Order: sequence, then structure tokens, then C-alpha cells
Amino acid sequence: MNRLDRLESQSIYILREAVATIDNIAMLWSLGKDSNTMIRLAQKAFFGRMPFPLLHVDTGKKFPEMYAFRDEYAKKWNINLLLQECPDISETDEDLPPAARSAARKSLGLKAAIAAHGFRGLIAGIRRDEEATRAKERVFSPRGSFGEWQPREQPPEFWNQYATDPPPGAHIRIHPLLHWTERDIWAYIQREDIPVVDLYFARDGKRYRSLGDTDITRPIESTAATIEEILDELAQTRQAERAGRLMDHESEDAFERLRVDGYM
Amino acid sequence: MPSSQNLPPLHFVLIGHVDHGKSSLIGRLLHDADALPHGKKDAMEEMCKRRGVTFQWAFLMDALQAERDQGVTIDSAWIRFNSHGREYILIDAPGHERFVRNMITGAERADAALLVIDAQEGLQEQSFRHGFLLHLMGVRQLGVVINKMDLVGYDAARFNALEKEIREYFERLDIDPVAIIPVSAVEGDNIVRHSANMPWYKGASVLEALQNFQARGESVDLPLRFPVQDVYRNDTQRILVGRIESGQMQVGEELLFSPSNQTATLASIENHPGENPAQAQAGRCVGITLKEKIFIERGELVSHSKNPPVESDVFRARIFWLAQTPLRTGDVCELRLANTRIPADIENIEWVVDPASLQRNQADNIQANEIGEIIIRARTILAFDPFDENTNTGRFILARDKQIQGGGTISMQGYTDRRLTRRATNITRVPHHVTIDERARRIGHKNGVLWFTGLSGAGKSTLALTLERRLYEQGFQVFVLDGDNLRYGLNADLGFSPEDRAENIRRAFEVAGLFSRAGMLVITAFISPYASDRTRAREVIGDSFREIHIHADIEVCKERDPKGLYEKARSGEIREFTGISAPYETPKNPDLTIDTAANNIEECVEKLLAYIEAEFRL
Repeated sequence: MNRLDRLESQSIYILREAVATIDNIAMLWSLGKDSNTMIRLAQKAFFGRMPFPLLHVDTGKKFPEMYAFRDEYAKKWNINLLLQECPDISETDEDLPPAARSAARKSLGLKAAIAAHGFRGLIAGIRRDEEATRAKERVFSPRGSFGEWQPREQPPEFWNQYATDPPPGAHIRIHPLLHWTERDIWAYIQREDIPVVDLYFARDGKRYRSLGDTDITRPIESTAATIEEILDELAQTRQAERAGRLMDHESEDAFERLRVDGYM
Repeated sequence: MPSSQNLPPLHFVLIGHVDHGKSSLIGRLLHDADALPHGKKDAMEEMCKRRGVTFQWAFLMDALQAERDQGVTIDSAWIRFNSHGREYILIDAPGHERFVRNMITGAERADAALLVIDAQEGLQEQSFRHGFLLHLMGVRQLGVVINKMDLVGYDAARFNALEKEIREYFERLDIDPVAIIPVSAVEGDNIVRHSANMPWYKGASVLEALQNFQARGESVDLPLRFPVQDVYRNDTQRILVGRIESGQMQVGEELLFSPSNQTATLASIENHPGENPAQAQAGRCVGITLKEKIFIERGELVSHSKNPPVESDVFRARIFWLAQTPLRTGDVCELRLANTRIPADIENIEWVVDPASLQRNQADNIQANEIGEIIIRARTILAFDPFDENTNTGRFILARDKQIQGGGTISMQGYTDRRLTRRATNITRVPHHVTIDERARRIGHKNGVLWFTGLSGAGKSTLALTLERRLYEQGFQVFVLDGDNLRYGLNADLGFSPEDRAENIRRAFEVAGLFSRAGMLVITAFISPYASDRTRAREVIGDSFREIHIHADIEVCKERDPKGLYEKARSGEIREFTGISAPYETPKNPDLTIDTAANNIEECVEKLLAYIEAEFRL
């Protein structure tokens, strides 16, 4: 088995384990490269029939290319798509810096979706190598009844045995891509020919390395216009993947606070 | 980035006491192995100069952690780096006691471990504990790094003394460290290059030791083990999915499902839509379809008929306990073994280990972060392997209140594989034309089996033979089946291994059952130490079975020692002797208990006669 085979196998195991042990789950689709990869893995794991809906928590501020992508592939992939709108920014925590407040709308929208559908498990495409607090995550990560995460009180996780039992009212976040790196994702997208939004590829010396809302996401300087070139670029770069995501960097702990409160 | 995409990365865990220089060692190792981004160290030194602080190798770690550089990525516990075309994943195990569960989470798939020890301070409790824990988890490749040699003047004598102590300790765990390396992380001695400061050391450098470690990879060469994770149904077929934990499978082969003990032919391997390989091997998550329609659920373990897994409801286990509430004898836990979840009783805590001395101490509970050995009895028969034979199917976790609280590895020492004594299937009993009631009316009493169980010397044979005479005189059709007598003939081919003991008992209860069905009252006198064997006897014989515990304390039995066996067991002449070196599982709910220490023979016989009159006389 090669590296990508191993990663794929582990992710498929995690997805199947989630379906076997938790009732009423959904997969979060942010329309980005990681969640598209996750969809491909789920198509493989479940032989083309996904046994759960996809949930897009929509801030209404995504790039137009992303909405076009969503509508095209929801149909092509025959996806049971749930849409959840997010509340106005006035409902978010006033103590957060501006970009983090904007991002916090997504946490509120997510909570509303959980309440409306009674989800006990949510599959999310986060990775350890993205960001410091995500690095501390578990594959099966229990959330409190308000969606909050307690990084210091995480259960042990070993030998493919996971914390599959959320307490009443709470849910489990399932992270099938936790052990992948950004390069692994691109290498897999290349191997499997997974469609992604064009914004990832350089135009006029810039490209988006990570996609979020239009108002809080910035492109990086880049000439990488193909997957091959992106893989080369990643081998060289010293910049963090989420450098263009403003809410991560406003203050030292802004992103950690977002995550503790239920952000992905 | 990796040029060797197909080699499994080497996961190694770095363990050691908090101040023994792990961070400095990591910083220095990454630098000297040329795994750091270029200019990283110069930039750090420049910054230290500006701020007026002395450069420390450990700073590099902190800086990398903050920046999450692409060249070297650092999780809370994982550091990935490449050297000479191989990918390494260094797992930095938290030194603090209360982080043991994080250390286990991080180290669960370590191929190897490096133990860092301060040359001045020597081995500490924490180092022992981590070393022992990793050994329990199956990490067998170990290197030891004696750090801060510069602070002891690169003294060969100090190193030799530590080396001796370390080798002695790990020898008791059957671990032979691949290298014990004197280093100075600060000075860069023996990290990558050999040090001129320690010409007396001829062994490997730290990087060389790492290069010699083997990554575990997939267990393709072991017997097939495929735990069924789920069953998917579509219009035309049922697909069993799971990960092949070891071995390989080929379309057309016969597969054995345990513990349901069914067989079926592998019709197809379903990888992904439209991908149907003829063969699949360990590490792959696959789906399979079967030619025959059999009912299979999550939790079944698939193998070939040759080299099947062990089946048992009871086994021995070494466990580590993580929860604040201790584990006690008599507790009920949820046992999670591969994809099975089943309630299980903690039947006994054999011992708890002191990690420093490896001394095994008696205890009735296992506290947080302790390691001990226990006997577990599951509520149903399970399929698994001893951990030594197959890691992935030989380990389990224990949960209480739906929380993971501990983990353990399985040994069958002292217990028997129930598969070996299973009866053939597809055989139908021929019905008799004489009913059991007709026989009872003619004989004047009901048939039955009085199953005497108890320690050697408790008085089983003496009571059985006295009782036989008295019942005969009272008109009973009665016969004693004695263990020693059966071993003269029917069981002459059997020894005293756990498997042979189980077979000895099986033949005994089968014969007792036949005598009983012929209308007789049968008295048996076998130690029959295992509850599972007696339960099987009851299952086979049915309602007429009575479990009678002939009880006397082990001290009383040793005193009596009518056959001189306890003396032989004590001197080691007899191994696995019940009560001395093999377990006796006291009956939980016997139909009758006869205490031969508190009553004389006559009193015991009277009690038995009264019981038999009431239960069996028509």
C-alpha cells in the first residue's frame, strides 16, 4: 500500500465506524477542497450511496464561484443537501474581534441546524496540520450540549476504539481527515480527479489556498495554476495554510475561542 | 518532501522525565539530521542575540510550534520530518503523570521508542512507567539516550553504570534495547555524527538508531483476520465491510465466521464502485459478498478454517487503567474487542505491578495510571487472538458509563480455546422409543448427575464412593464416575494442559449424560476448576444436572494431601496444579455446598442423602 492508500483506508474506516455507531449524522460541506475530498471518500466507503445528508451552513458570503460549484455538484453527485442560513452578526459575541465575529455566525448557524435536525454526529473535514488547536483534536471529538469543545478534557483514543456515545443533547464531531496533510489532500485530488473550485488555482499572480467568506479571506501570492504546481509550491512554502483566513490571526487566542465555542 | 512515498513512515515516541532534555534533543536532532527549514537556526540565534538571551535548542521547538512550518509540522504530540528519504513521525509524549491518556493516544501506533535519561539523575519513576506501558502496548523496539553527558565530563564509568542498570531493568521485560547512546544534545555529541568527546563509545548515533528501527507496516503474513464492521444491503446483495487486520483473502476461498461458527465462500471483493479485485490484503478497508446466504452481523471475525482465532468467554489480560475511579474485582465493564461490545465481569485482579521494581503486588483494585493483570469473563463467547500472536485482534478497551477507561492485551495462559472442544455440526439425534419418564417409573427414581466440584483433597472421591454405597443399599441405580478411573481408559490419551483438562471434562460430562439418560443417578468426582466447563456440562446434561460444591479451604486440603500432590506442586514437580499454580473458579450459585472442613464424613453424607431423597425419589 502506498501513502495515499493508507490514508484513504483509515478515513473510510472512520466514516464507516461513525455510521455503524452513531444515529442521525450529517457531513459538513464547506465547498472547499477538504470537504470535497471527504465526499469522495464517503462515496467509496458507502459504494456510491451516502447514508447521511450533507449540510452546508451558509453565511451568504461565499464566493459566487463556490455557490455555482455547490449547485452543480449537488446535482451531479446526487447529494441530499441541507442548507442552513446563519443569523445576523448582531447575534454573535461582541467581545470577539471583527473577523472572528463574522466567522462566529457559522457556529451559530451550525447550532441552529443541530437543534433543528437533532444530529448526534457531525462529520467535519478538519486536519491536524492546519492549525495549532486543531492539532489537539481527536478523531471522534465529543461536544457539549451547547456545541462547545473542552480541549483539556478529551477522552483517550487508541486502537481504533472511539468515543461514540454523546451524552444526551450533545453530539460527536467526527474527523476522517485529521491525519492528512495539505499536500496529501492535493495529491489525492490529483489521483482521484476530484473537482474543486477554480479559485484555488493562480490567476494574475494570486490564488486562494484556503476558502472562506469573501470578507474575511485573502488570496496568497502564487503562480501555481495546476495541481502539480500547487504540490511544488507546498513543498517550498514557509507560509501557513490558513494565513489568508483573517479570523485566525486577529488576536492570539481568537481562533481557539471560536473553536471552544463550537467552530469547526 | 517524501521521496519514499510507499514506505510506511516510522512512528517513534520520545519518552522521558520532564527535565531530561527532550525538547533540546528534538531541536538538535532535527537540525543535525538536516530536517529543519534552511536558515531556521540562524534566524533563531539572531533573534536571541537581539533579545539578549542565550540560544537554546529547545527554543527551536517552541518557534516551530508557533509557526507550524510546512517543512516540519508539529501537533501537540506529532512532529513529522524527513531524513535520507524516509518519513519519521516523532511522538512527543507528555512527561506528566496526568497526561498518561494523552501519551497513550499519541503512542498507540508507535513502532519504536526512544527513552531520554539525564546522565546526572539517572532513571526516574516516570521513565519506568512509560517504558512498561509502551511494552504492554506492544512497542518492542527501544533505544535509550543518556543525555547531558557533557555535564558529567563525558565519563565512561558513569555511562557504563547507567547502561548496566537500564539493561537489567529491560531484560525483565524481555526487551533488549537496540542501542544505549551517550549524547549531549546541547553540544551535538552522537546525535547524528560520532563524538570526539566520547571516543570510548563505538555504537550507533541517535539518527543511526532511528534508521535501524523497522516500521510495523501491514501484517500481511499473519493468518487472515477481518472483523465485520457493518453490513450494507442494496437491491441485489449484502456487502460485509471492514478492514483486513491481518493476512489476505482470495475470491473463491472458504471463509470461517467466528464466534457464530459458520462458513461461506467468498464470492467477490468490493473495493469501490466498479472495482472488484480478486485478492485483498491487510490494511485495506474492503467489502465482501458471499456465495451462500448466512446471517452475519457486526462483530463477527472472519478467518480461514485453517488458523482460526481463539474462542472463549474468559481470558487473562494485562491492562492499564486510566479513570479516576479504580477498577475493582466484581466490577462489570463494557468490553470492546474489535467491533464487539459486550458486558464483562472483572472476575479477579491477579496483581498490580510496581513499575520501578516490576514487583507484582496483591490488590483488589487497579488505580488510575496503574498496570495490572486481571481475569475477565464476558457474557458471551468471543473470537480473538492472544496479543502475542496477533496485535490487532488481541487487544481491547474497557468502558464504563460509555467512557473509555482502560485498555488491555489478551493472554490465554491457563485457559483453553473452546473451539478445540466444539462438537461437529449437522448431526441429528435419533429419538428413543422409551421415554425418560418410563425409565424413572420402572427404576423408582428420577435420573440425574450430581456433579461434585472442589479442590484436590476436598473430599470429592471419598464422599462420592461412600454415597454410592449408601444409595445402592437404599435401592438407587447409582454409579460414580471418578476422574482417575476415566484417565485409565477413556481419557488415557489426555495430559494436563488446559486443552487436555477441558477435553477430559467434556468426555466426563458426555458419559455422565449418557448414564443419566439411561435412567441412572450418576455421581462425578472431578476438580473441574473452570466455571465455563461446568456451565457446558449443565448445558449438555440439562435439567437433571446438579452442581455440588465440595468445599474445604486450600490450607485444609494441603494438610490432607491424600495423594501427595500438593507437595509435588510445591516442589515444582507438577505444573499448573489447581489451587497452587492454576486457578480454581469457585462456583457462584451451586445447587448444594458441602463443607467438609466443618462437618465429618457421616454428616456430609446425611446432608447429601436428604438432598437426593427430596430431589430424585419419585
